[in-house]
This record gives sequence, structure tokens and C-alpha cells, in this order.
Amino acid sequence: MSDLTALEQAIMADIAASSDEAGIEAVRVAALGKKGSVSELLKGLGSMSPEERQTAGPAINGLKLRVTDAIAARKSLLRSEAITARLKSEAVDVTLPVHSSPAERGRIHPISQVVDEITAIFADMGFSIAEGPDIETDYYNFTALNFPEGHPAREMHDTFFLEPDESGERKVLRTHTSPVQIRTMESSQPPIRIVIPGKTYRQDSDATHSPMFHQVEGLVIDRTANVGHLRWVLEEFCKTFFEVDNVVMRFRPSFFPFTEPSFEVDIQCDRSSGPIVKFGEGTDWMEILGCGMVHPNVLRAGGLDPDEYQGFAWGMGLDRIAMLKYGMPDLRDFFNADVRWMSHYGFRPLDMPTLFGGLSG
Amino acid sequence: MKFTLSWLKEHLETEASLDQICERLTAIGLEVEDVDDKAAYRPFTIARVVSAEQHPNADKLRVLMVDAGDGKPVQIVCGAPNARAGLIGALARPGTYVPGIDVTLAVGNIRGVESHGMMCSEKELDMSDNHDGIIDLPEDAPVGTSFASYAGLDDPVIEINLTPNRPDCTSIFGIARDLAASGLGTLKQPTPPSFSVEGNTPVEVKIILDDEALCPGFAYRLVRGVKNGPSPRWMQQRLLAIGLRPISALVDVTNYMTFDQGRPMHVFDAAKVKGDLVVRRAREGEEILALDTRTYKLNPSNVVIADDNGPESIGGIMGGEKSGCDENTTDVLIESALWDPINIARTGRGHGIITDARYRFERGVDPEYMLPGLERTTELVLEMCGGTAAAAKVTGYKGYEGKVVDFPFSEIKRLTGLNVSDDESREILAGLGFEMSGSGERVAVAVPSWRPDVDGKADLVEEVMRIHGVDEIKPEPLAPSGSVNGKILTTLQIRTRIAKRSLAARGMMEAVTWSFISEDQARLFGGGSRALKLANPIAADMSDMRPSLLPGLLSAAQRNADRGFGDVALFEVSGTYENDTPEGQRRVAGGIRRGTASLAGAGRMWSNAAKGGGKPVDVFDAKADALGVIEACGLPMANVQIVSGGPDWYHPGRSGTIMMGPKIVLGHFGEFHPVTLEALDVSGALCGFEVYLDAMPEPKKKATRTKPALDLSPFQMLRRDFAFVVDKAVEAGAIIKAAAGADRKLVAGVNVFDIFEGASLGEGRKSVAIEVTIQPREKTLTDEDLDTLGKAIIANVTKSTGGVLRG
Repeated sequence: MSDLTALEQAIMADIAASSDEAGIEAVRVAALGKKGSVSELLKGLGSMSPEERQTAGPAINGLKLRVTDAIAARKSLLRSEAITARLKSEAVDVTLPVHSSPAERGRIHPISQVVDEITAIFADMGFSIAEGPDIETDYYNFTALNFPEGHPAREMHDTFFLEPDESGERKVLRTHTSPVQIRTMESSQPPIRIVIPGKTYRQDSDATHSPMFHQVEGLVIDRTANVGHLRWVLEEFCKTFFEVDNVVMRFRPSFFPFTEPSFEVDIQCDRSSGPIVKFGEGTDWMEILGCGMVHPNVLRAGGLDPDEYQGFAWGMGLDRIAMLKYGMPDLRDFFNADVRWMSHYGFRPLDMPTLFGGLSG
Repeated sequence: MKFTLSWLKEHLETEASLDQICERLTAIGLEVEDVDDKAAYRPFTIARVVSAEQHPNADKLRVLMVDAGDGKPVQIVCGAPNARAGLIGALARPGTYVPGIDVTLAVGNIRGVESHGMMCSEKELDMSDNHDGIIDLPEDAPVGTSFASYAGLDDPVIEINLTPNRPDCTSIFGIARDLAASGLGTLKQPTPPSFSVEGNTPVEVKIILDDEALCPGFAYRLVRGVKNGPSPRWMQQRLLAIGLRPISALVDVTNYMTFDQGRPMHVFDAAKVKGDLVVRRAREGEEILALDTRTYKLNPSNVVIADDNGPESIGGIMGGEKSGCDENTTDVLIESALWDPINIARTGRGHGIITDARYRFERGVDPEYMLPGLERTTELVLEMCGGTAAAAKVTGYKGYEGKVVDFPFSEIKRLTGLNVSDDESREILAGLGFEMSGSGERVAVAVPSWRPDVDGKADLVEEVMRIHGVDEIKPEPLAPSGSVNGKILTTLQIRTRIAKRSLAARGMMEAVTWSFISEDQARLFGGGSRALKLANPIAADMSDMRPSLLPGLLSAAQRNADRGFGDVALFEVSGTYENDTPEGQRRVAGGIRRGTASLAGAGRMWSNAAKGGGKPVDVFDAKADALGVIEACGLPMANVQIVSGGPDWYHPGRSGTIMMGPKIVLGHFGEFHPVTLEALDVSGALCGFEVYLDAMPEPKKKATRTKPALDLSPFQMLRRDFAFVVDKAVEAGAIIKAAAGADRKLVAGVNVFDIFEGASLGEGRKSVAIEVTIQPREKTLTDEDLDTLGKAIIANVTKSTGGVLRG
């Protein structure tokens, strides 16, 4: 049987010597293929005598089994080594930079963000959002809002006028969002609950004034709305908007042509830490908005009987409350489109203000 | 409006502290803007110099022993030339802050001699600019008492920010009336002036005006034989405290009346008035040298008081220098007139004159106090300057026509929610000078002559509310609207919002640029019409309402590039203006990309270095942005078509128009015309788009929110490629359309995956390779079926574009 032993040793040596899948396959074919050395031996069993077969059969089959196992084991090892080698060769430098996500690069302007915040708050209180044109008539911007003839706001140094048309009528760039009050009263019936954000314009340009700025104003008209309701709405708004548990507000009697009684509203705050204003604490007062009961003449201009309907309105600087909340130091930067400013003070497109998720996330 | 505490107390009997008064003022609508309690002056004491010796080590210094009344003289080194034994002055001890030199004193050692304080000059106490020597008080000055109190420097000054509707509170008397009505004290009623009158006022005043409202009354009188010296100390102190420089008794009286009673007065030196006085419109080009020593060129919208020499005063605003009173004045003509608030405001503004008289007349001076004001002024003049008063004359005054408001007290509760008893309301209104007739809960309220701002019920509600106390109004929740609030935004508002968020999500930054641009820029983008031109722009380059968002964005991109940020992607969603009507204001989403700021990211990157890295943006970046907005707004993209070319400011061969149906223009996109960019003075690779959100049709109302059932075919989807050689001018869109039209049932999609141009194809030819997605619906397609479909596609493309299958 030394033949068989020699053969086995030779095959096993070949298996061990094979270095890749092709090599081991060649060994397999040479041993176990149709004309392989082991296959030939198996074929020889048929011509043997039963006695010879009795001893040779198990020996040859045993050889076949061992060779088969050895080839399988070698094959598996070689494949595993091959994969390892391939993976090694495929390695890249994962520290190389990639582009940021567009949704992380893009920015929403603070004004849009704050409008969305305001929308979220007032939607919850049953308000709709109303809008109106930037170019207004004198009637909607002044007369219907009870500005008397000769009021300083009607002068060229306060208000932007367009060139007069053929009939001599001069349109204006609205100086406040209040014309939308009249337009809304004309086009809808009470109860009215609207919030009006938008662009406004005044002939003013210095460190704290911009010829174009933004206001947001609110209007409630029904048969019962009074100053108490006004207080509640504003307190709820300020608390929610500035995201503080409590605000202390001070209503001071004041004067606006379109409201009577009128108030200026101060909010208690802490201004001791420089430009950063903290609400809900401190002992300073900061004027934040103007408001009042809609003037009877304004209700009349809107086609409503002031003895039947009543309501209140308030208005504030949209840019200003954005600055107070988010700390932008200079109003003029809002309109400069400096990408450094936008990148810093802007909001990511998916930072969508909601009440359920917290206004500013 | 400024006043001092003691001046207020001249009219208000009160025990209230300064803090209480200030708090109340703000609470009733007279907002306190500033309070100077003058505490800084408290430490200064009147002291006598007991001895003054030469300083041992300095020629110009003296060593004083100063007694502040306690019998324990302190040693002070002093350099003032008038320092001498016996002088009585103002002493500041160590630890005192000296306002005029902004220094807190310490015990000093001046050339070897200790100094325990300082004797002050007027300048050091911020009283005047006088620094010639230390304060030298009369013999009878009470040593050991407060210098501030002696000199009237301790009178707190209150400044209120007066709203324009309250002319009555341009007077300290009026402020006192408001405070008294609020329960903070008692208003002291003035004693009626009493003096004897001798002779007539010889001067005639004629009002010659086309509109009598310009000067609805003129009262005046002559006082003969006055001596115009300095006004008394108390008056000077008050005027100084509120920032007015005392001039002479006659002038000071007019200023005093202005603040005390809100009644601006004017005095003419009668000797300098030539002939009678006429109140008339100024003549074009007439000039007046006013009391501020400036010459004003007048025009007929100004009302003047003129004599034979011409204008002597700009009525209600400022007197003239020529006829002004001085130390030689012996006969003084005192004027108390009424003027039209609007005209005063215009005249004052027109000439840039801000005076205390204008401040009051433009708000409205009490017409019924015209004559009493003249009487009170005369009384003060007689007291201070002597002389005899001639009879007063009044011209033009037709009397005050009182307003009466029918007022149900229930209005207070209705508008404010406050519960104020009728009795309290009556008391408040009476305290403010309103007279009520009728009893019960509805009264007729007569409005006093000094309250031109009160017209109706709401005004009276405000009066009661502010005096009763605004803080009494408690927040009251607004009734809920009934149920969960539904959609509150309009389609356009939703699309505006979604456009912003989707563009930002494409890596762009939202800008807010000016609504007005230069005329040149407006013209470049189809605007510049007269109807959209500002009559009074703030700057020449902000003169026209913008016809497009692009010029603002392009300029902004250039500014960023100039700062070193050349790869920017900006957008804005806002208004543009086609005309001056509300409908002419469009809602546009516009954006631009500059440099390499593509959707993937800007700048050179190792990963695309092989492809040339940092590819400049082009028309297709803009197209993708524009279509992105349209898709985000929910429009059916199958209905959107692209037409070559855009408006003039785009590159004619690299721009497109986005249409929906034959009529609706949804937007434009492209690279820009080089001439436009040059005119805007911008450079670099640029592309941009504008999408008209307001042109988008409303979405169809859906009966149900349920989505249609998902239709999945059981048959395998197939893809087949075709390449067509076509004329270079043939649009890929036409090939796609033709291929898709070959069999609308089977062809699910067509995409262009390669464009090739080369000599092998021939001059002016190109190859367009398309991939057609085929979705069998009824059965698995056989080779024959596919062959038929392929032929149909080829035939359709050939028919509509002349293209031939590339061999």
C-alpha cells in the first residue's frame, strides 16, 4: 500500500503548495477529476477480485475522502485570504472631506423664520394671516386710518410717495401694515382675527432706521373684544414668542391716530448684560409695541358700525423683535445679503417653528 | 416737555414724592423720559473763608481755613484769584463728586500742604462757564446750609415724552391738572390777574388773510414805561433748570408763560414797530432776520406779522430781531395770538425752525386762554418791569365753539373691561375740566377748550381709563374660536413658505434686498416706468420699484464676491412690481448661483478634480432650482413645458421659459446676457431664475384625501436605448416628446443619457442617446412586440425631428 501512501503524500503536498483558487482547482482535477489519479484508482476497483476489493476499496475511498476534505479546507482558506487581500487593496482614505448637505448649507432669513414663529403662535389662537400691497393709496394708508390732513406722517420727509398719476393722485409706499386692517374689514365680516406681517417703508435711514423694514400687526374685531382681551393676547404672545415662562408687561396710555384708547407696551427685562436683553427677569422696561382699541373712525372706514362692533389692534417691528430674540445688533444688516451674516443668523431650512416642537427647537 | 418739581408744585398741592409723581405721570400717559433728582448737588455746603494765607511752596496758591458752620474749620488749598478771608462760597468735602470737572474729591496734598476739599467755581458746579474764580456769595448767604438749595440747584427736573394729542400738557399747569385729577394732590386755582389799565393801545393789528383759520384770533396790548432788566432770580432759576437761557425780563416772561401755561407769547419793542401791524401771508422771497439771528427767506404759505418795514415775526414760530425787546425797551407790545396748527407745522418744517412756540401751536393752543394769557403776562411784566398797561385789544376771535359728547358710562366697560362706578367716572372727568349735564348713566359731556383731541365716546373712555388706572385692567382670555383651528394660510402663503424652505434646502441662502433699485437697473429688467418711480427716494440708486428680484440678488452676489465669497447661492421670495395696483405686485421666488455654487456644493473638491473640479454654474443649475420650486409648490410636472429663450436680460441661447399650458408663464431661468451683467457691473459665472408663485393655478379641490390605489404592473419593466443623429438645432425635448408619443400606454419614461457631437456625424449634427422605459401592462412583451414598439419610436422621432437612428 506504499503506493497509496505515496500518492496521498504527493497530493497533500500539492494541496499545501497551491497558492490560489486556480492552483487548488488544478490539484482537484489532477486528483479527483475524471482522469484524476484518485479517480483512476477508483475505476481500477472494478477489475479487482472481491478479496482485493475488500481491502483496497476502503483504502482508496478513504484516500478520496481525505483529499476532498483537504481540498475544501485549502480552498476555503485561500478564498478567505483572497478576500482579505482584495479588501486591503480597496482601502481608501476616509478622512478625505465630502460636500456638506445642501439642507445644512442653506439658510432661511430671520424675518421669514420669525414670521413662521408668529404664524404658529397666532394660528393656535384662531388667527389667520392677512397680507396687502406695498404700494398703497393715500386713503388706505392714512385717511381710512384716521390720520388728519396735515399730519406729519403725510409729509415727504416721512413717507415715500410715488410720482403722481394723470389725475394727480400720489400713491405711497405703505408706512405701516395697518392698511390691511381696512382691506380686511372691507372684504370680510366680523368676527375678524388676523395677523398681518409685511414690508413697510419710511423716509428714514440712520443707525437704527432703515427705509425698508418689517412690521407685524394684529386685528381682532367682534362684539366684545376689549382691552382685557388685548392684554391677554399680547401677554400670551410675548411669553410664547420669547420662550419664557412669564413676562411682566406695562401698558402706558399713549396716542395713535387709529386707536382710541391707545397704549404703548413695555416689557420688563434685564438689560444689564449689554446688548443681550433677557425677558422674564430684571427691572428694566423696554418699549416693544403699540396697541389700542380700534378707533371708531377706522371701524366706520371699514364699513362697520362702532356701536355694534369693537376690537383691538396692535403693531410691532418684526425686525426688532427678531433682533431682541436672536441678538442681531444692527437692523441694516438684515438687507445686506452678506453670506457671512446669513450663515450665522439665518436658520436651517428644516428648523421649522411649531408649537409642538418648541418655536426655536 | 421739561419742568421742575418746585414749578409743578406751584400749581399742585401735593405730599407725593418725586418717585410717586413720576410713576403716576407715566401711568396716566405722560411718559417720564428722564428725571434728574439733582442729588449730585446735595453735598455742597455754603461756607465762609475764615483765613487765607499764602501757600509756602507756591506763588499762586493760598491755604484757606474754611468754616462750614460747624465751628471746625477745614484746611483747603485754593488757586482762585478771588479767594480771600471773609468770602462766602460753595464747599465740597472729600468724597464729593464735582460734576463740572467729573472728579470725586479726595484729601489731597498740594505741594506739601494737605487740602480737605475744594471751594467751587460756577463751572465746577455745571452752573455756567464761569471759571474766573470761586463762587462769591452775598454776605447774607446762610453759612452751613445747602448751597444747592440756596442756589436753586436742588430742584429735580422731570422730562416727559408728550404724545402729539395732548397740547394741554405742554403747560405745567396742565400737567398739574392731570395729576390732581388722578388723585395725587389738589390743583391750585390761579388768582385772576389784577392791575389797572390806563389809555388805549394805539397800534392796530389787521388780519388780512384769505383763510381766517390761519390766525383765528389776535390779542395784544401796549405796556408803557417799562424797565427791561434781568428777570427775578426765581424765574431765572426755573428757566435755567429746564435749559433756557435767561435774557431779559420781557423775554423771560414770554418763555415762562410758554411753559407755565402752554401759552406762547411774543413781545415787540413798540418803538421799533413802524406803523400798524398786519397779519398776512409772506410775500415770495420776503426775508426776516429772526431772533435766532438767522435770516429766513419766506414764501406765501408762511404767515407773518408785518409792519411798514416788512415781516417782524413769523407768526407762532419765531419773532424778528429788528423789533425785539432789549435793555432800552420802554414801551412793549405784548402779543397773544392763535395760529393754525397745520400751517405752523408746515412753516416750521419748511424752514427747519424748532421752537417752544411752534411745539405748542402745532399741537393746538387753548383758544379761550388767549386773552387770560395776555392778562397774566401783563401782570408779570408790570411786576417785574413796572410801567402802565394800556387797554387790551382783540381781533379776529370768534369764540370757542364747544364740543359736546353724548356719553353712556357703559362705554367704559364695553371697551376696556373695567368696572368704574359712574360716580368715579364723573369725578375723573370733572377733574380734567369736562362739564357734564344730565344724570343717570348717560350724560352730555362738554369738552374743555384745551382738549382739542377729545371728539367722541372712545376719547372719554380713554380719559376715565388712564386716570382710573390701566393696571386695573386684567388680562382676559380671548374666547377660543370654537374648535381646532384649521388651515389658516392661503395657497399663496403656503407656496411662499414652501418655496423658501425648498430653495434653502437646495443649499441657497435667503436674502432680503431692497424693494427699490436704481432706474438703470430697473430698465435693464423691464421696469423703470414713471408709475413706479419714487418722488422722494432716499438715494438716487433706490428710486424705482423693482420689476425683478434678480438685479438685487446679482448685486448682492457681487458684493459677496468682492469680500472674497465668490461662490454664493442666494434666493429671495418677495414682491416685484409691474404697476402701482395691488394686482401689479407679483409674488416671485428668484434665485441666483455664482461661481461654482452648485447644488452639490461649491468650490474645488478632490472628488471631482478629474472632471475639472469646481465646474462653473450654468443654465441647468438654474433650471433645476426653478423646477424644484414649482414641484415643491405641488404643480403637476407633467403639465409643465420648457420653451427655449427668455426675457432680454438672459442669454438668448442659454435660457428658457417655463410654461403651463399655452398661457401661463410660470417662470424663466438661464445664464445672463453679458450686456446686462456689464451694465450691472457684475462678473463671474452666474445663472438665475424667477418663478411667479402668483401665476400658479390653485390646486384642484379634492373630494377626498385618500390617494388613488397603487397600480403595480405584474410584468417586468424593460429599458431600451436608442441614439438618434439629428440636426444640431433639434431640441432634446422634441425627441423625448416624440419617443414618448410612440405608444403612450407602454412608454413609461424617456430620458436623455448622452449627447455627442463629432466629425464622424457630419457638420452641424449631433447624436442624442435616449433610454426608453417600457412598462408592459397586459402581458409580457415578445421580441416581436418590442421590435414593433422600437420601430414606432424610431418612426415617430424621425417624423418629428428628422433624426435617424445612429448606426
